[in-house]
Amino acid sequence: MALLSARRPRKPGRQGPAGPPGRAARLRSPGVLAVLLVVALLAALTAAVSFGSTSIPPQEVWSVVGRRIAGRAPRPGTDDLIVWQLRVPRALLAALVGAGLGVVGAGVQALVRNPLADPYLLGVSNGATLGAVAAIVLGAGGGGLLGLGLSGAAFAGALGSFLLVWLAARRGGGFSPLRLVLAGVAIGQFLSGLTSCLVLRAGDEQQTRGVLFWLMGSLGGATWDLLVVPSVVVPAGLVLLLARARALNALAAGDETAAALGVAVGRLRRELFLVTSLLTGVLVAVSGAIGFVGLMVPHVCRLLVGGDHRRLLPLSALTGAVLLVVVDLICRTAVDTQELPAGVVTSLLGAPALLLLLDRRLERP
Amino acid sequence: MTAKPPTPRAVKHVQAPGGHPARVEIRDLRVAYAGRDVVSGVRLLARDGEIVGLVGPNGSGKSSVLRCVYRHLRPSGGTVLLDGTELAALSPAESARRVAALPQERGGGSELSVRDVVAMGRVPHQRAFAAENTADRAAVDDALARTSLTALAGRRFDALSGGERQRVLLARAFAQRARVLVLDEPTNHLDLRHQTEVLALLRAERRTTLICLHDLNAAAALCDRLHVLHRGAVVASGAPREVLTPGLLAEVFGIRAVVVEHPLTGGPLIAMDHTAAPAHRERGRDGADRGAPA
Repeated sequence: MALLSARRPRKPGRQGPAGPPGRAARLRSPGVLAVLLVVALLAALTAAVSFGSTSIPPQEVWSVVGRRIAGRAPRPGTDDLIVWQLRVPRALLAALVGAGLGVVGAGVQALVRNPLADPYLLGVSNGATLGAVAAIVLGAGGGGLLGLGLSGAAFAGALGSFLLVWLAARRGGGFSPLRLVLAGVAIGQFLSGLTSCLVLRAGDEQQTRGVLFWLMGSLGGATWDLLVVPSVVVPAGLVLLLARARALNALAAGDETAAALGVAVGRLRRELFLVTSLLTGVLVAVSGAIGFVGLMVPHVCRLLVGGDHRRLLPLSALTGAVLLVVVDLICRTAVDTQELPAGVVTSLLGAPALLLLLDRRLERP
Repeated sequence: MTAKPPTPRAVKHVQAPGGHPARVEIRDLRVAYAGRDVVSGVRLLARDGEIVGLVGPNGSGKSSVLRCVYRHLRPSGGTVLLDGTELAALSPAESARRVAALPQERGGGSELSVRDVVAMGRVPHQRAFAAENTADRAAVDDALARTSLTALAGRRFDALSGGERQRVLLARAFAQRARVLVLDEPTNHLDLRHQTEVLALLRAERRTTLICLHDLNAAAALCDRLHVLHRGAVVASGAPREVLTPGLLAEVFGIRAVVVEHPLTGGPLIAMDHTAAPAHRERGRDGADRGAPA
């Protein structure tokens, strides 16, 4: 957390009857926010494991988790099964995917220098969706395509679309933001056209439902095995981007400025494109394309702590993690009979939240 | 905007790093955009502490020359030498430690405070993950003080006026603590008082400086030597008084003007006839207008 406490001039506090001056500024201090978010994440994880079709009290949750972590034999009974085999991996997957989407969103926004960019702008998710849908529709019983499994097929699709966009967008060894976006959108559209063809060919309602669920994103497939890859890739992606945080700040100011500050702009863009695409591919492969998190989370964090990527990236990770754990809890518990897709909840909750924040933003000097 | 009144401060002069002479030499520089040469065969030399101005009409290639020095553009031919070392042989960070720039682009990043933007000048000096150290803080504080921005340090960059933003970006270049300054139109958007202040600041800095200026009178007052660019080539070089002649002004800039002695400073003063029709219509060999490159 040393990075978060990097020296930052204190903003002049808001004057007025609303509160003592400086209080708002203190609440926006990155260190305080980080601590609050870690606490919120622990609370959200606990709640996510407690609540569900069977409610398990938090102390029971932690005792089960404590036993497992300490390596002691689990108590016999269904609690251990529900907590350790079903809900903990699912809650952790939600946290990892949320963190990943927050980080990639901030990264892509810096890459194409556009605050409206999200992780799916560059076509990676369309490729992943095509891969997954192909596996569902063509593979036997929704199982595997060429023995890859659903996630494997999705990641293969993501890689394929990444390579296509790379080849289409590169010119003279560099990527201009505009070329990247245009190539990403064009190839993404093409791939989603192919996906639609496949969906129309889908044999039965069951398959169509499976496809639909994938399109809207869900954490329902969580298992301990599925956690392995994202639990390595998400932290690695965060560290790789953090190592370039200052260069990202310079890049946000413009290509000329970045060059004048000694940033190798072409190389930085290539690295960013590679890292964000691989990370997006992994996230979509394990959870489908959950919308809006990657767009909204970096925005919210920018409003809170400013545009310095040394603070923005870790806070986006934490905020994304908290958000998606809560969203998944809502998905599982809001409707009695049926689970909601995560993408539906992120859009329904996220859009008003973002508008509210933008509105408050205008009041600030 | 209630800017702090620009009081010239007695600031401890900070010696440029290394302390030894910085000399920039440009040899036969050629820059091509989309197959067309916008700069061809430019040679110029800036010795230690010399302020060298590049002047010329829009599209004459001034900015392209500067962009090759702060490494936004890669020359299509020729070399830029820094103390005899080829710039291209240095790593990007290494050359940014030696050459600081105010680029033509005026972006400061999004959602950053004034201090954050100035602190960006320390990027070439900092390692990944390292926190801001004492030298960084000193350089930033000093740059803020010299541009009279200390009082604005906590303000949001986006919320400043155009002139204030420009001073922030100049402070960012100062915070870089390089021995060479490259400045593309540093007085654009500034009111007259701040224009004079910036020029005085640059004179006091006495770093090796390459500067583009549209205001010929400012260029004449500031620069030790001027290079006049026209259609991508240097057409005249020398002391301002020798270079800025009515004939050249008509030929290159297409204006009717006389050059008189400045009643206050004794330097050359260009008095331009704003009512005259343009003296020349610039046409290329193919008869088409020589448009300015983007």
